[in-house]
Amino acid sequence: MIPNGWEAVIGLEVHCQLLTKTKIFSGANTAYGAAPNTQADGVTLGLPGVLPVLNGEALQMAVKFGLSVDAQIAERCVFARKHYFYPDLPKGYQISQYELPIVEHGHLDIEVEGQGKRIGITRAHMEEDAGKSLHENFTGVTGIDLNRAGTPLIEIVSEPDIRSSAEAVAYLKKLHQLVVYLGICDGNMQEGSFRCDANVSVRRVGAEKFGTRTETKNINSFRYVQQAIDFEIERQIEVIEGGGHIVQETRLFNPDTGETRTMRVKEDANDYRYFPDPDLLPVIVTVEERERIRATLPELPEAKRDRFEQQYGLPRYDATVLTGEAALADYYEAVVKASGADPKQCANWVTTDLLGALNKLGKAIVDSPITADMLSGMLKRMADNTISGKLAKDVFEAMLNGEGDADAIIDRKGLRQITDDGAIIAIIEQVMAANPGQLADFRSGKDKLFGFFVGQVMKASQGKANPDAVNRLLKDKLAG
Amino acid sequence: MHTLSIAALAEGLRAKRFSSRELTAHFLGRIERLDPQLNSFITVTADQALAQADAADALLARGGGGPLTGIPLAQKDIFATEGVRTSCASRMLDRFIAPYDATLVKKLHGEAGMVMLGKCNMDEFAMGSSNETSWYGPVKNPWDTGRVPGGSSGGSVACVAAGLAPVATATDTGGSIRQPAALTNLTGIKPTYGRVSRFGMIAFASSLDQAGVVAHSAEDAAWVLQAMSGFDPLDSTSVERPVDDLVAPLTQSIKGLRVGLPTEYFADGMSPGVRACVDAAIKALTEQGAEFSEVSLPNAPLSVPTYYVVAPAEASSNLARYDGVRFGHRAESVKNLEELYKKSRGEGFGAEVQRRIMIGTYVLSHGYYDAYYLQAQKVRRLIAEDFRRAFEQVDVILAPTTTDVAFRFGEKTDDPVAMYLNDIYTIAANLAGIPALSMPAGFSEGLPVGVQLMGNYFDEARLLNVAHQYQQASDWHLQRPEAFK
Repeated sequence: MIPNGWEAVIGLEVHCQLLTKTKIFSGANTAYGAAPNTQADGVTLGLPGVLPVLNGEALQMAVKFGLSVDAQIAERCVFARKHYFYPDLPKGYQISQYELPIVEHGHLDIEVEGQGKRIGITRAHMEEDAGKSLHENFTGVTGIDLNRAGTPLIEIVSEPDIRSSAEAVAYLKKLHQLVVYLGICDGNMQEGSFRCDANVSVRRVGAEKFGTRTETKNINSFRYVQQAIDFEIERQIEVIEGGGHIVQETRLFNPDTGETRTMRVKEDANDYRYFPDPDLLPVIVTVEERERIRATLPELPEAKRDRFEQQYGLPRYDATVLTGEAALADYYEAVVKASGADPKQCANWVTTDLLGALNKLGKAIVDSPITADMLSGMLKRMADNTISGKLAKDVFEAMLNGEGDADAIIDRKGLRQITDDGAIIAIIEQVMAANPGQLADFRSGKDKLFGFFVGQVMKASQGKANPDAVNRLLKDKLAG
Repeated sequence: MHTLSIAALAEGLRAKRFSSRELTAHFLGRIERLDPQLNSFITVTADQALAQADAADALLARGGGGPLTGIPLAQKDIFATEGVRTSCASRMLDRFIAPYDATLVKKLHGEAGMVMLGKCNMDEFAMGSSNETSWYGPVKNPWDTGRVPGGSSGGSVACVAAGLAPVATATDTGGSIRQPAALTNLTGIKPTYGRVSRFGMIAFASSLDQAGVVAHSAEDAAWVLQAMSGFDPLDSTSVERPVDDLVAPLTQSIKGLRVGLPTEYFADGMSPGVRACVDAAIKALTEQGAEFSEVSLPNAPLSVPTYYVVAPAEASSNLARYDGVRFGHRAESVKNLEELYKKSRGEGFGAEVQRRIMIGTYVLSHGYYDAYYLQAQKVRRLIAEDFRRAFEQVDVILAPTTTDVAFRFGEKTDDPVAMYLNDIYTIAANLAGIPALSMPAGFSEGLPVGVQLMGNYFDEARLLNVAHQYQQASDWHLQRPEAFK
């Protein structure tokens, strides 16, 4: 919570690794986790004489992103060199975009505690990632792994429209959902595919001028973003109220303490000496090209949610959950289509049973042990009365444990529901005969005992008797 | 054999008057005997050359191969050659062996079947106009070994002029093909920017660097330039268009050719000896039917200052990768990372390279970028615009290549600005990206003088045609230095 009389001004810079097969300026592979320096070709190493060639796939992904946030796509954008010396920066400069980025003037709508808000996206530019310096397992020296160097990134810069850590997290989550939906980023924050720098300043409510900001670098989880921002807001207010002033600086977040600390102050900031990269011609995106890419845009989360509400008659909550991830939405739609079951019933199984189970297993929907086909198979057996809802839970558990599909489980466990009236009547008669006292009480007016008889019949049938039939037939028989 | 044209060499190989092995051995023998006087090679690749020659002979025996198969060539040491040291004449890369071939190297040796004799000396990272900045020592001018051969392609021109190689590759960022060609009596052509791939050519100033060739004649140059040209998907600035036939048009008449003489180039600065040669060339071409007129390139006088902002800016950036971390020279016993950078670069780079890095860093730095770099880019556009307008009036532009003949060693080394002014006539073509050629046009004080032809974009064929026609009517290009006959 921000103390009364104070307001935070927050802007986020998100680095989003693009899911291309090869690097942004060379044919080297981008897969994560390979042995150090096995994915570093001459261009990645910055060997003398090599030249960059733009990966067209990376460009298309950047355009896709721009279109999905209603931004302007530059018809002509330029790559620039950003210079600084660092061992994991092979060329002594990073190829990035500076004055003419590919994406400008977009926005993203978020919702915090039921309140909608629009966050401006100043720009998104393409750039190459740097390599990694490795300090563990070395003594006295630093290892350099250049596998990551040259991986395509888009850096998405928001307007300073964000006013709290809650808004920041809502924006980040929305952005994360979007890039994963677009299929341009795997969104893996642990591996650094999606990471965030937070610019935070505070000012008195009503003040027009922004306060001095600090930039906290490379925060790689939603929770850390929240902690880092809250810490910064509190720290800055304390400093100012204590009569001090905020120094413009770059800070690092420590996840163990939840605190940020100074990394470097502005005085020793680099002069990056940006200039247009003479090895790369300006990139021209024609209107035709842009529209061709627009045509490949998938249905985006909000549109999908609205459609789910309408097409399947789902409540907004269900529709929102189901469209949270493209893979989940696809799964749901596959179940509805294949099972022919009531969409709401399908939604209940997917959102409650399936997601609950996956959550416990720590698995993603794409790794679900129960495929959409398997769940549909089970729903069909419910629809044709082969199994009851109660039995279905058992079938679901068995499927989760890898015991095969619904039909196989029903057969092997003999779970087929008893729907034959004759068989059920036989069971009812047995139960009545075995409980003469309760039968007498019921007939003398103790209506509540009806439930007792239902339970006994179900128990005697090992849960397999069709509950509707049991109800109907019991009424007849007990009435005698 | 070392006085034959490329066409004659190709013919001799096919007629079996000599084999490529014999030809190659002949040049290797001359290099061994004579290069100690010149220092034109950094690395001689004798074994590899003979193996390539044998392969060429086998191919020719089967009736295969092209017009250049089996003909020896020397490579400027700026081009990456797999398995062979590529030093760029810098201590920084003294022990650097590239794991790949430059596209041009692939084309000339892999595709055209030429034989690589070795790697030529040059100014360090192609920065210089006298070949005095090489880590491997200066190259001497075969016409007078007390004089410079010009730079930066000093080794390339010296070895060809002295008959140690029939032809050599070279690069031109501000005149580094044409100026040394002029000072050693060769024909040197810098093609249109983007015509020859830069992939594998160690970058000095990316937007100006262009590979070309130095040879005894326009015809020799045409054969080799054609073989090294062409679109390269590995170079984004390479131009996607078919390779022109540069050889067939050589024989066309130049009757009616419109030649422009830029007022600004003839204003002053030319030595009387150079002036006399230029006038004689104008007369000779007029006799062949060319029509001369004056054109104006009003921004030409701004070429040198513009160049010395743009080129160092790009150089400071391109040379940032030499930090002692991954390849190249690494300083010993350093205490920390910053010292590793400083000492490695301080030891690895020579004075001229360091000077240009400092200038480049300055003009790109915050607060100076607008005043210098951006301003220079604007002037650069004006210079290109001058040429565009001129080529609406004329087919080619003729000008001197240099102000004077080759100077003596040490004469300008202490005065960088005097050295920079060497390229005063050649730089504009690089800033505009147009093709330009220098051809032998006479002698002054017993030393060669060159005349420059500049053409419109992709008009190399016409430049070579004009030079060839001139060479049909003159014998300047056939003169060889006495000591190396």
